[in-house]
Amino acid sequence: MKKFLPYLIVAALGLWVLSGLRPPPARNGFDYAGFGKLPALMNGRIQPLDSVGRNCLLQIRSKTNVRLKNGETLSPSEWLAEVIFNPSKADDREIFIIDHPELLGLLKLGEGKQLLSFNQLRPHFAELEKQAQRAQRVEPARRTTFEKQVVKLYTGLVIFQRLKNSLYPEEYGGLHIAIGDLKTNLAPGIAAFRAREENKQFNQDDLNRLVQALQKWEAASQMAYPRLIPLPELQKGNGQWMSPSEVVTHLIHDQSANLPKAVDAYSQMNIAFLNNDPATFNKTVADYSQWLTTAFPKEFSKSSRESFFNNFAPFAKAREIYLLAFLLACVSLFNITDWLRKSSFNLLALAFLLHTFGIIYRMTLEGRPPVTNLYSSAVFVGWTVVLAGLIVERAYPYGIAVLVAAAGGFATQIVAHYLSLTGDTMEVLRAVLDTNFWLATHVVTIALGYGAVYVAGLFAILYIVLGVFTKRLTKDLAQFLSRTVYGIMCFAIMFSFLGTVLGGIWADQSWGRFWGWDPKENGALIIVLWTAIYLHARWGKLVSERGLMNMAVFGNIATSWSWFGVNMLGVGLHSYGFMDTAAFWLIVFITSQLAIIAIGSLPLKHWRSYSNIEPIDEPKPLLAKPQQTI
Amino acid sequence: MLTEKIIDALTSIRLTVICLALAMVLVFLGTLAQVDKGIFIVQKEFFQSLIVFSDIRILNHKIPIIFPGGYLIGLVLLVNLIASHFKRFGLLPQKIGLLLTHFGLLVLLVGQLMIDQLHIESNMRLVEGESKNYSESYSRCELAFVKVSDPDSDTVVSIPESQLYKGNVIRHPALPFEVKINEYYENSRLENLPNPSSEKGAATLGIGRTVRVNPQPLVTTSDQRNAPSAIIELLGNNAPQGSWLVSFFIDDAQTFAAGNEQWQMFLRPERYYKPYFITLLDFTHEKYPGTDIPKNFSSRVKLTNPHTKEEREVLIYMNNPLRYGGETYYQGSFDPNDDRVSILQVVKNPAWTTPYIACALAGLGMVMHFILNLGTFVREQKQK
Repeated sequence: MKKFLPYLIVAALGLWVLSGLRPPPARNGFDYAGFGKLPALMNGRIQPLDSVGRNCLLQIRSKTNVRLKNGETLSPSEWLAEVIFNPSKADDREIFIIDHPELLGLLKLGEGKQLLSFNQLRPHFAELEKQAQRAQRVEPARRTTFEKQVVKLYTGLVIFQRLKNSLYPEEYGGLHIAIGDLKTNLAPGIAAFRAREENKQFNQDDLNRLVQALQKWEAASQMAYPRLIPLPELQKGNGQWMSPSEVVTHLIHDQSANLPKAVDAYSQMNIAFLNNDPATFNKTVADYSQWLTTAFPKEFSKSSRESFFNNFAPFAKAREIYLLAFLLACVSLFNITDWLRKSSFNLLALAFLLHTFGIIYRMTLEGRPPVTNLYSSAVFVGWTVVLAGLIVERAYPYGIAVLVAAAGGFATQIVAHYLSLTGDTMEVLRAVLDTNFWLATHVVTIALGYGAVYVAGLFAILYIVLGVFTKRLTKDLAQFLSRTVYGIMCFAIMFSFLGTVLGGIWADQSWGRFWGWDPKENGALIIVLWTAIYLHARWGKLVSERGLMNMAVFGNIATSWSWFGVNMLGVGLHSYGFMDTAAFWLIVFITSQLAIIAIGSLPLKHWRSYSNIEPIDEPKPLLAKPQQTI
Repeated sequence: MLTEKIIDALTSIRLTVICLALAMVLVFLGTLAQVDKGIFIVQKEFFQSLIVFSDIRILNHKIPIIFPGGYLIGLVLLVNLIASHFKRFGLLPQKIGLLLTHFGLLVLLVGQLMIDQLHIESNMRLVEGESKNYSESYSRCELAFVKVSDPDSDTVVSIPESQLYKGNVIRHPALPFEVKINEYYENSRLENLPNPSSEKGAATLGIGRTVRVNPQPLVTTSDQRNAPSAIIELLGNNAPQGSWLVSFFIDDAQTFAAGNEQWQMFLRPERYYKPYFITLLDFTHEKYPGTDIPKNFSSRVKLTNPHTKEEREVLIYMNNPLRYGGETYYQGSFDPNDDRVSILQVVKNPAWTTPYIACALAGLGMVMHFILNLGTFVREQKQK
């Protein structure tokens, strides 16, 4: 039985993963999954409505879904459908999260986390606007937590307001009603206008009604956030994406003009949505999708693929499996039977497959190398950690590397998850970054360097934990760990050095300055220097094996500083701005690593592993005379 | 005996580790100091110095820093590196990787030192259709006198900023008058006096009659520049008697006669003249649709060199500079108020290839060394 367990466990989880390929069930009969695949242009890129919903929800509430008071959850597409088709209902959804005490105080809302709707916040708009305008004048890096919270809430309200007006001016209550109103008033209004121009008698009311309608549309077209309507000219490469408001107001120039197919489709969806008529809604979505596959094949293919990726969520699934693999590997350390280790290894391989699939899928979707921003760097660093662990475990099946890999994979996926909450992870790249060559060389090499230092650090932590708290650290195992850490550190310095120099060369290519002492450059240099110190200390035999392990753990601190710490300083070309909670967690992480170093520095007599065997390697002071050099 | 000890110390790997550790601490401190001081000053105080005398503000406490500077650490590392190779490594085949790596580092360090000393950054601001044969300094200014009375050509005499200090009298064979500096303000703002005003202007002639000069503290960050002003007098050869205000803020020429020649004067960014012209044909500033996020900037320029009869068009865009005549032209920035203006960054850097060579050498060296070592490691583990 135990022989088959490692395979059974993987098979079970594999099935769980595959179950994610099924489309989510339609709620109340509405095909929100199909709706979520429809393409729109937002923030400079084509994305599915599912991503539009997610990215807006992230900015509004740092979550990608809406949990209702009754415990039900709205998917991003479902929520978005309600916001654009029936804004007045969306106004009552309690989606705004307020938990900062001073902000609660400002709005006189009592204590504790509060969930409020747009309508409930309405009385506070004037005060919020006043506070936000003041806070926005402060440089982002220098804002207090209160100011940041005010700006965030205010930005969320603005985004919500813009979304509501992305399909039609919200006062109308439906795209068909809004278009109908304009069409009714168009002919009499224009007639009145012409008559007035020719100084003839004209009907002032007709003119007023048209002007009022146009004003509403104009306001909506200013506010529209995603542009939902692809214009036919796009196919020839000279058209663009527009909001329905921009398209509809063109009627004033040509009353008999046909509205684009997309406007009709959204109008029918709107009617079906308001009439609670899922059959018609689904049929319209299907027909429009069908039309898109021939009229805008590239755009529709991209948006469907991205929507699939959002819902399949390979990284989230990999994260869960890494956790399971980690737990099994922990137990396997103390259980001599091999099936636990094998199960853990197999799970790790499964999660790694998912992880790899996710990275490659994102690369093809974006047409970019794997690392383009902080989020994707976390995903990629995790991938390198797991890859390294898998290779080492395959060569030396002690159940040690699998533990390191699972821990690293899980931790980086957690970091990536929290980074993904700061906004669109597939955002467009600013001019200087818009180069696949340098992203593929410099950025990827740097990330490989980060990964290598972390792997070495994780092995070192294991050395310390096993040595101090257990009797498992035998002479052989200690030597294996020591040499593994050394080998990985060699890779670390190679990647970090090359990555850093390549970064300099990129800078030389873009603005003629190889090195500018920018904080991010300095951070990379610190990693190079630290790995160099480690290697020279080892070659010169200046530090004992235990000391070298402590140094490798310190590598985790140096790398985290370079990766995240310098971004929090708010200076330089690489600064990514705000990272409040991140700063807190960085300090927690650094403290934990210092604690591990402190434990690693305990005198050998307190090491449980060493109390039974004679001391292998007494520490020597750094300034002692070196023995010989290698 | 003593020399032996010194050689031992200089070639010891302990010295390497200590220097690397000091360098790491220096880089860390230099990063923290930037929050308060900006990159520009930190570079000078921390990295381009022998000893750092500075301070860092942490939680509103100024902490004084006295530490070995970048040049000192770099120098000791260089000596250590070279000395160790002579003493210990020799030319063993298995050490070839390390040798290459260290040689690459040597090239990198020496190259950076050269770049620090030799490289000159300036910019060329062009409106579409405009031609220029000079670029302008980001930080330094010059006092320029232009003789405009010759029909064929203008004669330009420029006095560098280092000569502009209170009390200095400048003579130049091409200038028919002497220039006396009465006041020099390294950074300043000008303010128009109300009309009428009881206050006297900063000078007795020209624009200065109705303007007041307000001295300003020096700038600290590299994206700002000092705007100097000076009060000068011209002596001799019938030059007008009285004082003039020259300032970075005065764009229009102030004209005067000396003898029977017509002269103009400017206090302007220092100019670097080139034997060729750059003409901006077209500047495009692409944005992602529906946003203000820049996607690409590019300048189509025409390069005209009368000496070599060259005349060709070049497209300069992000990550794709033009290298010509020992200088490199980058798409630097743009003018947010005028979409026809392109600002090219011009860098003269004779050592620009050193990082490329260093990277290739050190990269190759590391790969060789570690692949060799990895092979040995795997073989040994397999035998166990």
